[in-house]
Amino acid sequence: MNRRTMGKTLLGLAGAAAVALSVGTAAAQDKLKVGFVYVGPISDHGYSYQHDQGRLAVEKALGDKVATTYVENVPEGADAERVIEQLAASGNKLIFTTSFGFMNPTLKVAQRYPDVKFEHATGYKRAANVATYSARFYEGRTVVGAIAGKMTKSNVIGYVGSFPIPEVISGINAFTIALREQNPKAEVRVVWVNSWYDPGKEAEAAKALIDQGADVIVQHTDSPAPIQTAQERGLWSVGQSSDMTRFGPKSHLTAIVDDWNGYYIDRVNAVLNGSWKAVDTWGGFKDKMLFLAPYNPAIPADVVALADQIKADIMSGKRHSFQGPVKDQSGKVVIPEGKSATDEQILKMDWYVEGVQGKVPK
Amino acid sequence: MSLIRLEPRGQASQAMVYLTPPLAVVLTLMSGFVLFLLLGFDPMKALHAFFIDPVSSRRGIGELIVKATPLTLCAIGLSIGFRANVWNIGAEGQLTMGAIVGGGLALAFYGHGGWWLLPLMVIGGAVGGMAWAAIPAYLRLRFNASEILTSLMLTYVALLLLNFLAHGPYRDPDGFAFPESRLFEADAVMPILWAGTRVHLGAAFALLAVVGGWVLIARTFIGFQIKVIGLTPAAAGYAGFDQKRIVWLALLLSGGLAGIAGMGEVAGPIGQITPNVSPGYGFTAIIVAFLGRLHPVGILLAALLMALSFIGGEAAQIAMGLPKAITGVFQGMLLFFLLASDVLIRYRVRFGARRAVA
Amino acid sequence: MSAELSLIGPILAAMLAAATPLLFAALGELVVEKSGVLNLGVEGMMLVGAVCGFAVTVKTGSAPMGLLAAATAGAATAALFGLLTLGLLANQVATGLALTLFGVGLSALIGQAFVGIPLKGLPKLNIPGLTDLPVIGQALFGQDLLVYLAILAVPLVHLFLYRTRAGLVLRAVGENHAAAHALGYKVIRIRFLAVLFGGAMSGLGGAFLSMDYTPMWAENMTAGRGWIALALVVFATWKPLRVMLGAWLFGGVTIAQLHVQGLGVGVPSQLLSMLPYLATVLVLVLISRDVARTRLNAPACLGKLFHPDA
Repeated sequence: MNRRTMGKTLLGLAGAAAVALSVGTAAAQDKLKVGFVYVGPISDHGYSYQHDQGRLAVEKALGDKVATTYVENVPEGADAERVIEQLAASGNKLIFTTSFGFMNPTLKVAQRYPDVKFEHATGYKRAANVATYSARFYEGRTVVGAIAGKMTKSNVIGYVGSFPIPEVISGINAFTIALREQNPKAEVRVVWVNSWYDPGKEAEAAKALIDQGADVIVQHTDSPAPIQTAQERGLWSVGQSSDMTRFGPKSHLTAIVDDWNGYYIDRVNAVLNGSWKAVDTWGGFKDKMLFLAPYNPAIPADVVALADQIKADIMSGKRHSFQGPVKDQSGKVVIPEGKSATDEQILKMDWYVEGVQGKVPK
Repeated sequence: MSLIRLEPRGQASQAMVYLTPPLAVVLTLMSGFVLFLLLGFDPMKALHAFFIDPVSSRRGIGELIVKATPLTLCAIGLSIGFRANVWNIGAEGQLTMGAIVGGGLALAFYGHGGWWLLPLMVIGGAVGGMAWAAIPAYLRLRFNASEILTSLMLTYVALLLLNFLAHGPYRDPDGFAFPESRLFEADAVMPILWAGTRVHLGAAFALLAVVGGWVLIARTFIGFQIKVIGLTPAAAGYAGFDQKRIVWLALLLSGGLAGIAGMGEVAGPIGQITPNVSPGYGFTAIIVAFLGRLHPVGILLAALLMALSFIGGEAAQIAMGLPKAITGVFQGMLLFFLLASDVLIRYRVRFGARRAVA
Repeated sequence: MSAELSLIGPILAAMLAAATPLLFAALGELVVEKSGVLNLGVEGMMLVGAVCGFAVTVKTGSAPMGLLAAATAGAATAALFGLLTLGLLANQVATGLALTLFGVGLSALIGQAFVGIPLKGLPKLNIPGLTDLPVIGQALFGQDLLVYLAILAVPLVHLFLYRTRAGLVLRAVGENHAAAHALGYKVIRIRFLAVLFGGAMSGLGGAFLSMDYTPMWAENMTAGRGWIALALVVFATWKPLRVMLGAWLFGGVTIAQLHVQGLGVGVPSQLLSMLPYLATVLVLVLISRDVARTRLNAPACLGKLFHPDA
């Protein structure tokens, strides 16, 4: 967003506020009010930004049938409950709480507002008016793992992690399985920065991994700093949450992009036509909840074909990211031949597969 | 020679003590009006959202108290230290240790609780905070290491420890390996003091701390010693006051109160251990302590005002889409005016050239 | 073993870069504190410097202009602090903290238009032959230019404080403002200039992050480095050379623990991440034991308000 459109947006908001005031409450009641709670600033150009893109897509698709509100930078603690309740109390009938730490606050507020519908991202607790949703980010990690396996020369992959939660660990594992399928000699080294967004720390982690021989940097943190570092050193990288190509055009192989647009529009429509149910949605490539940013032109055609094939196989169900036999670090078979990991196994994952260096921090 | 200058008053002006805060609020409202207007927002609506909306419902007032509770607890303790030139800036870490120990007890006795659990957790929270504050006290007295540095560094250590525990030992065994503990059982949760709100027992502790802080400073010999040490350390030395004891007292007291605040957060509005317990209460409390002029009642009012500015910022985001960044700028302005207007208590503003000294 | 040994060079190189923003900000704050003023708003000034440096570089395409803007913006933010604490005698600790809140908000507001824009970093030194030397080549001769500038500032600040008349006056003001005033020195003016310098240096520290280290703008991107810089001044017992050693210690341990993680040592990352903080405390304890020497270095009037008529 450049300064001019920013100004326009501000004016537009002020104008909208003025209109709402002058028309009064009748007009406001006709619209479905939808609230969004973000853990970061919408300017993070990563996780919260992608959720806000979803909100804007809802506004664009449904026009004057909806009115959306967001609150950004909401800490995951005692404050979350107040913000969620404030949204419910001010007439929002559908509220998306977009970070794991909002789970219990969402449930507490949902109990007090039975006529309001809630959607909590990445959690596992539901209620009559609380649905959950998440994306199968690990499917994307399988495809990039295969690409990395073909592109690495040093056979060392550097992985910049945020926090050792199942979402991140299952991503590391899915990546490593696909990596070693293409390149059995390759290994993955993980450095945790204990933050979702700290460009300086992420860059330092990427540098450390590169200095230890990594020639592909993969990240499960939100800033483009690891991409920039890899670009500077002339190495490969994979982006996270949003397309980060412009931060390292020569380095950026692709990125796993979250896409909530379709889901949010569907769910708002479901409330509008009365078909909303408190279900769990865990969508992957097939459901368009994630996609891969355009491949780097430097990736050879056969690797692109391989990546596309794997993606197609995942979508058709022919392939699963955790298809047995999968061994853990000790060599023990955790997922036997002929089976693939259950959703619960993936959701709870707190162990590394063979090929990841180090131990899961517990 | 400038045309406007400050002239010291012989005595602090009592009238100004009460007049300056409203003056600062008026100045903030005026400059806020201009700020919001310049950025294209309806200024009246924004100011209303900031200052009126949050306190126009029972729930809103309750939230104000919930947020002011940890701020007051931390700031009262800090103010005692600041009066005695003990610069504990690690209340955030002490608060976190209170949550770790107090909350840890809730988890350790999960399923085996009783009426005694909550009192035990309160003590545990206080002990956790005190233990964490004892390290800077010991290092200062034994090794002459500045408590500014040690208390700040230990804050980061405490935050990382909490993060580690939430991802590991404290993790809910049935929680899909997510970094949160179990929800505390009823025995381990702070009772609600005001039905329909989240105001919990911690608010009563905060009030007790305000009263206790006042008694300590105004009515005890220790309080007298603290004041003397703060004003003229040399005189305190001649008078034979035990400075070591004051350092211990100041740090243990502020650590204990911060620890209770942290325990109150996890056993109160949060109800479990999470990787992030405090949105910086321990740091904000430093501002609160000085905004309240290190006086217990002033601190209580300052904590409520800070709480209002945070909640008002959220309300303004919800009511009119005011970005978080603007609320931060506005909050800074409010503080600047409040801090700057203090000058009128001790100084007169004079116009024109300086009078000749007789 | 040789694999680990070969990491020494890269760790040294990364350490020098990681220490640079800390060094800029801490040197600035050191001068401020030597004049008797405690400005806890370093984090806020760094952020304002970071966003203004970035914005001006994007708009003008000129990195020197960006650096100038960052220093100016940092100084302007500091001027606000100076006005409040020196002009209106507001409490320094609280005003500094309020300045941080303000700086976080202001930088985010300015930065809204500059999020998601890539920038090319600043040029690196490259001396054929020297830069390629084993172990030390990259660390000593292959850094970004600002890294050398920060290191160069250390002896300059030292010479200024201890070898110039202006430095002597500045220290005198910090030691005993009443006496300095009686001798005819303009206490407020000297302190104000020191505060401006501190702001400019913080601004440069922030700009190093947004223009060079990770060339982009992101809200709150200093991520607490301003606080570490403040701690380093105390750590250094107000001596410029020790500020540098402190920044290297902190940066070095930070980088080393990342390497330890990468090598797959089975210690939880959170515990490893505590090491820079613990190391700083430990070394402070070791160097502070000499009570008399530490006391001599702390400016006696630090944080105390001054009014010529009081």
